[in-house]
Amino acid sequence: MPSQPKGESSASLSGRAIITIIGSDRVGIIAGIASVIAEANVNILDISQSVIREFFTMIMMVDLSGATLTFDELNALLAGKAGELAVRVEMQREEIFKTMHRI
Amino acid sequence: MRQLNFSGEEILETISMVRTEQLDIRTITVGISLFDCVSDETQALCENVFRKITRVARDLHRVSSELTREFGIPIVNNRIAVTPISLIAGKVGQDRLLALAKTLDRAALELKVDFIGGFSAHVEKGMTPIEAELLATLPEALAATGRVCASVNVGTTRAGLNMDAIAEMGRIVKRTAAATAANNSIGCAKLVVFCNAVEDNPFMAGAFHGTSEADSTINVGVSGPGVVLRAIQAAGNVDFGALTAVIRRTAFKITRAGELIGRAAAARLGIPFGIVDLSLAPTPAEGDSIARILEEIGVDRVGTHGSTAALAMLNDAVKKGGAMASSYVGGLSGAFIPVSEDAGMIEAAARGTITIDKLEAMSSVCSVGLDMIAIPGDTPAETISAIIADEAAIGMINKKTTAVRLIPAVGKKVGDNVDFGGLLGHAPVLAVHSDSSARFIARGGRIPAPLQALIN
Repeated sequence: MPSQPKGESSASLSGRAIITIIGSDRVGIIAGIASVIAEANVNILDISQSVIREFFTMIMMVDLSGATLTFDELNALLAGKAGELAVRVEMQREEIFKTMHRI
Repeated sequence: MRQLNFSGEEILETISMVRTEQLDIRTITVGISLFDCVSDETQALCENVFRKITRVARDLHRVSSELTREFGIPIVNNRIAVTPISLIAGKVGQDRLLALAKTLDRAALELKVDFIGGFSAHVEKGMTPIEAELLATLPEALAATGRVCASVNVGTTRAGLNMDAIAEMGRIVKRTAAATAANNSIGCAKLVVFCNAVEDNPFMAGAFHGTSEADSTINVGVSGPGVVLRAIQAAGNVDFGALTAVIRRTAFKITRAGELIGRAAAARLGIPFGIVDLSLAPTPAEGDSIARILEEIGVDRVGTHGSTAALAMLNDAVKKGGAMASSYVGGLSGAFIPVSEDAGMIEAAARGTITIDKLEAMSSVCSVGLDMIAIPGDTPAETISAIIADEAAIGMINKKTTAVRLIPAVGKKVGDNVDFGGLLGHAPVLAVHSDSSARFIARGGRIPAPLQALIN
């Protein structure tokens, strides 16, 4: 399955995910998260940062199709890095946002 | 963002629905047909049942935790619903039904699911010997097992009410309370008496896999009273037209999440997707309460005048929003008003604002009935039967599902507190009327099916 990361079964999912990083702004947050993603051979498709509801928020859309790690493994690495950087990181499949917010 | 077709604001809205407003998928329920398990031999029957359940749902727990992590929305419960056991038990035999109940319990334990539903019988018109025996076995079966849920359908709009079965269920509820007296009569929390039971309900304790269903199916129950409450708070002081729009929009989002996760679970488990149940199901967590929503709509405390109308509006708006969001809606689909599982209901019950009579009235405009209500342990069986008959009559006449799940907690009196633990919560004991209904129940026979025209 080219559109699925390693080890995942198909559920007609796109293989794209949204990574949300919430916390206070400081040097090295994007670099730290991006290095974890790059090591897993995950491509960043888009990235934005803004202040939403008083939180400094960075949102990345990534493509997991070439990933060398499973979704869970990558999630665990991101959680570890988030701890180091004192921010909150969530990675969720893109579909959850598409289905909830678009008809 | 170039690639995104939704905004950062929307992404954060979803995340905060989960983090602070208790949005979750309440249950993924795998329905499993047991018709191909039948056997003359009790041991072979039990073995077939155990094997089939544990084979079909073997990956349920794993897939459900995978989906929780990938979509970032918790799936709170994994459950199993099976063909009503009275239909596959085959013949009356000593301890055969009890052995089946224990087999279901063992299968649930093996699969790490908290409840398995379907120790059930449908007796709205009459009772076969096996169904009579299943009813008689309920107290012992519910005492001997931890995860098995039972339901008995005693009426439908097309068949009327089986008053003999209703009389019997009053006694059985009492005996179940006595059999589990050491555990706050918790056996009664696993026993539902239905009118117009539905075949694809994913919620416990009333789930079973109906005879018209496929060999196996995935049904999903969504939740989200907290999300609806927050949306109504944010809307402020608007009129009812605007308020229903807010509720519909919110229900749409919640239901879409449920449908997505249900379909993903179905694909990964290789089981066909059935339905999304649009129910708003409360939990004892503060804020995750139907009562609080009604209070936010404008009644000072749930149970006071206006509560029924507010609930009717809420229930209808949730259904309208949800029905737009899913191709297949089913199950009970309505707001639940269980007392012990809803912090606002518990508070109103303790203050005496909500009574069993008001709860009965409210159940005529929502799902699903008199649910998780603790009543005094010395309530006569005939009174319980009469409460069941009243509630079933509402369902029969209004062509809707109604249910009764009463706990006549042994040794408890009005105002005492009964604690069931976990999602089942705790409840103050509510008063029932002391005037007897014994002569009414003693008549027996059936209340005939109602006219389908001249319906005022």
